[in-house]
Amino acid sequence: MLKIGSYEFKSRLLLGTGKFPSFEIQKTAVDVSEAQILTFAVRRMNIFEANQPNFLEMLDVSKYTLLPNTAGASTAEEAVRIARLAKASGLCDMIKVEVIGDWKTLLPDPLETLKASEMLLEEGFIVLPYTSDDVLLAKRLQELGVHAIMPGASPIGSGQGIINPLNLSFIIEQAIVPIIVDAGIGSPSDAAFAMELGADAVLLNTAVSGAQNPVKMALAMKLAIEAGRLGFDAGRIPKKRYASASSPMEGNLFL
Amino acid sequence: MNIEINGEQVEIPSQCKTMTDLLMHYGLETKILIVELNKQILEKTNHDKTCITVGDRIEIVHFVGGG
Repeated sequence: MLKIGSYEFKSRLLLGTGKFPSFEIQKTAVDVSEAQILTFAVRRMNIFEANQPNFLEMLDVSKYTLLPNTAGASTAEEAVRIARLAKASGLCDMIKVEVIGDWKTLLPDPLETLKASEMLLEEGFIVLPYTSDDVLLAKRLQELGVHAIMPGASPIGSGQGIINPLNLSFIIEQAIVPIIVDAGIGSPSDAAFAMELGADAVLLNTAVSGAQNPVKMALAMKLAIEAGRLGFDAGRIPKKRYASASSPMEGNLFL
Repeated sequence: MNIEINGEQVEIPSQCKTMTDLLMHYGLETKILIVELNKQILEKTNHDKTCITVGDRIEIVHFVGGG
């Protein structure tokens, strides 16, 4: 079970809800992924087009835990404002703290992220900061009392996979809260790798929504995350420099 | 009455007295949304008790797809 604050989840796949080709495809992808946590962004409503469909309104919200993000914020204060708005919906008390420090790379601002996390913890939020793969930042955040840490595998939406598995494994080794690998995952093998490294969960969006067939990819990711977790639990063999025969040497006809 | 909604100046009919009236005017009464009035979040239970006055700055936000 994945435990975040007071919540428990069977699924270790968190799914973003951005950029799907249609609501129908998105709905099927969500179903197939068996994700229990869905992320959303908070934005101004176009009040002059009130009839525009909204994905959230198509969902049975009682079946999912909503994880709004603070995307769009570049300071701690902006992130806190977005988080308060999200919570005021009465639909959620978890928040993905996302404070972007650079709009080209979309890398998070570590200092503002730390500050926002501290402020939101004081207000009683369940806080999940999106961070870089900085080991010491993860440590400082968990000392603050955040409920999970979400290090990026590589830049958001880049699909580059895990570019620094060493740092990620350092973060995982010293973690006392769940580590959810967020951002940059491109393929099922990336997701499985994250889980094999010992991550507690993976958050995906573009890797699924941008795939040629998002529904198939949602299933592939679900299976990869399950396989990676099983592999981690099973304990892989150490790597050796030379071969080690699987068939016995005794009784060999030719030696 | 002139107010600001989501950064735009809008003229609303004088019968829009409360926040509930305003949301109904735009057909938003059944939508999942959050309202901020002059930078203060307005709880849903207070929508019908809150009067709109000239020059109010209102933000109406909702959840959209995101990662």
